[in-house]
Amino acid sequence: MLAFVLRRIALTIPTLFALSFLTFMAIRLVPGDPIEVRRGERGITPERLEYFRHELGLDQPVWKQFLDYVWNLLHGDFGTSIVSQESVLREFVTLFPATVELSIFATLFAVILGVPAGVLAAVKRGSVFDHGLMGVALFGYSMPVFWWGLLLVLFFSVTLDLTPVSGRIDLLYWFDPVTGFMTIDAALSGQEGALGSAISHLVLPAIVLGTIPLAAIARMTRSSMLEVLEEDYVRTARSKGLPPWRVIGLHALRNALIPVVTTIGLQGGTLLAGAVMTETIFAWPGIGKWLIESIFRRDYPALQGGVLLVSTLLVMVNLAVDVLNAAINPRIRHA
Amino acid sequence: MPDAILAAPDTAAPPSPWRLLWADFAVNRGAVAGLAVIGFILLLAALADVIAPHDPMEQFRAHVLAPPVWATGGSWVFPFGTDDVGRDMLSRIVHGARYSLFIGFAVVVVSLAVGVVLGLASAFMAGLVDTVISRLMDLIMSVPSLVLAIVVIAVIGPSLTNTIVAVTIVYMPRYVRIVRATAQGEMAKDYVTASRAAGVGPLRLAFVTVLPNCFAPLIVQAALGISDAILEAAALGFLGLGAQPPTPEWGAMLSSAREFIQRAPHVVTLPGLAILITVVSINLMGDGLRDALDPKLKRS
Repeated sequence: MLAFVLRRIALTIPTLFALSFLTFMAIRLVPGDPIEVRRGERGITPERLEYFRHELGLDQPVWKQFLDYVWNLLHGDFGTSIVSQESVLREFVTLFPATVELSIFATLFAVILGVPAGVLAAVKRGSVFDHGLMGVALFGYSMPVFWWGLLLVLFFSVTLDLTPVSGRIDLLYWFDPVTGFMTIDAALSGQEGALGSAISHLVLPAIVLGTIPLAAIARMTRSSMLEVLEEDYVRTARSKGLPPWRVIGLHALRNALIPVVTTIGLQGGTLLAGAVMTETIFAWPGIGKWLIESIFRRDYPALQGGVLLVSTLLVMVNLAVDVLNAAINPRIRHA
Repeated sequence: MPDAILAAPDTAAPPSPWRLLWADFAVNRGAVAGLAVIGFILLLAALADVIAPHDPMEQFRAHVLAPPVWATGGSWVFPFGTDDVGRDMLSRIVHGARYSLFIGFAVVVVSLAVGVVLGLASAFMAGLVDTVISRLMDLIMSVPSLVLAIVVIAVIGPSLTNTIVAVTIVYMPRYVRIVRATAQGEMAKDYVTASRAAGVGPLRLAFVTVLPNCFAPLIVQAALGISDAILEAAALGFLGLGAQPPTPEWGAMLSSAREFIQRAPHVVTLPGLAILITVVSINLMGDGLRDALDPKLKRS
C-alpha cells in the first residue's frame, strides 16, 4: 500500500512540473507586455521601463526566468497581482473558502437528492418514476449552467422575491472572517439573522452548481444499484427472508455506493469549472470569479498563479481519490 | 419504419450493417426523437436565410425589447420579440443555430482527426512517443475544462475561431485515449498479426486494418462530444470570451441580455432554451447510438 501511494505521488511530480512550465509559457505567449498594463495612459520614460523590466526579471533569458519562477513556486511565491499588488497566493487563500463552501453545499445537495432518487429508480425499474427521473437527469446533464442560474434568479428572486440575487450575505451584517466559511462565521458572530442571511444567499448558487453532479450521481447510483441487485448475495439475503428495506438499504446499497463515491470524488473538476460560471452569475467572491476578472483586467500573474493553484488542487484531489480507491480495492493497488 | 425493417426477413441478401445499426437504434424511441429534433435544427440552420423573418443584425429602434407573440402586447411581426437594440429574436436564434452547430461539428471533426493520428501513433510507436503523448493528454485533463479553455482564450484572444481551438484542445484527450486504448486492444488480435506477417506496412496497418475496428466507441464519443462542445462554446460566449457581439451566437446573446432579465425575460429564456433543446437532443441521440453500437455499455 505504501509503495502504491509513493509511486502515485512520484507520478504527480512531473505533472506539477509540466503544469508550471505550461502556465509559465502560456503567459509569455500572451500578446502585449505586462509593463503596458502598469504604464497606463501617460506613457513611461525609457529609464523607468528599464527599471520595471529589471524588477520583473524580464531582462533575463527565458530559461533563467523559468528557473526563477519554479524556485519562487517552491518557496510559496506564486507571483504578485499586477492590479492589487498583493501576493497571488494570499488572494487565492482569501477567496478559496468561498468556493469550497459553495462546492460543499452543492455536493450535499447533489448527494442528498441524487442517491435516494437513484436507488428508488433502480428498485422501481421501468416505473413511471424511473423513466421520469432518467428524463430529468438527462435535462440536468445537458443544462447550460449559466442559463439555469439566470432562470432560477428570475423565478425565485425576481418573481417570488424569496432569495437574494448575489453575494454571500446581506450588507447589514459585518464581522471578521474566522474560518472563511460564511455560514460558520455568521453563526459564530452571534448576530441575529446573520446565519439565515448567509444560507439564503447560498441556496440558489448551490443548486446551480450542484445540478450537473446531481444528474451524474443519480444516473450512477441507479446503474450501480441495478447491477448489485442482480448479485448472488442479494438473492441470498432475499431468500433468507430479510425484509426488502434491509436487503436494499444494507446489503445492496453498501456495495452499490463504491462506484458512486468515486464519481462524487471525481466531480472536483466539474465543480471547479462550474464554479467559474456560478460565481460569475451570482457575484460570489470565489476563485472562479477571480480568475475571470483577472483575464479582463489583464492581470496575468494572478491568472497564471490561479490556474496553477487550481490545477494543483485538482491533481491532489484525484490523487486522494486514487489512494482511497486503492485502500478499498486491493485489485487496483496491485495492477 | 423500424417495423418495416424488422419485418422484412425474406430478402435474400444479408442486411447491410447500416440497416442493422438503424434497427438497433430505432428500438430506442428517445434516440429517434433526438435525431428528429437535430434534423429539424440542422434544417433551420441550413435554411436560416429563408426562414428568418428579418435580418439578424437589423435594429428596429422603434421596437426595442418587444414581447414575444404569446405575451401581452406581442405581435406576429416579431414572433419571439426583439432584444435590447430591437433585433428580431427569432431571426437571431435561427441564425444562432448555425454558429452553435458549426462550432460543435468543427470541434468534433478536428478532435477526431487529431485524436486518431495521436492515438494511433501512441499505440503503434509505443515507447517514448507513447509516453510523451499520454503524459501530455494527462496534463491537459488535469486542468478543469473551462479553466483551460479560458487560459487558451487569454493567450490567443476571444473570437469564434479561437473558441473552436480552445474547446478542441480541452476535449482532444478523450479521443486520443479512446483510439489508443482500442487500438492497443485490437493489436493483440490474430488478424493484425496475420496482416503483419503478410507484409502490410505500418501506415496501412494502422489506418486501414486497425482503425475501422476502433470506430464504434469513437462514433459514440463524437456524438456526445458535439453537445459538450456546444455547451462549452456557449459558456465562453456568455463570459464574453467566445463569439463576440453582435454575432448571434446563443451564449453571447445571453450575455448581453442579462441586464434585461427583469424587463424582458424572453431575451434570456429563449436563447437558453435553444441551447438546452439542442444539447438534450444530441445527448438522446448519442445515448441511443451507444446502446446500438456498443451493447456492452448498454444502460440496463
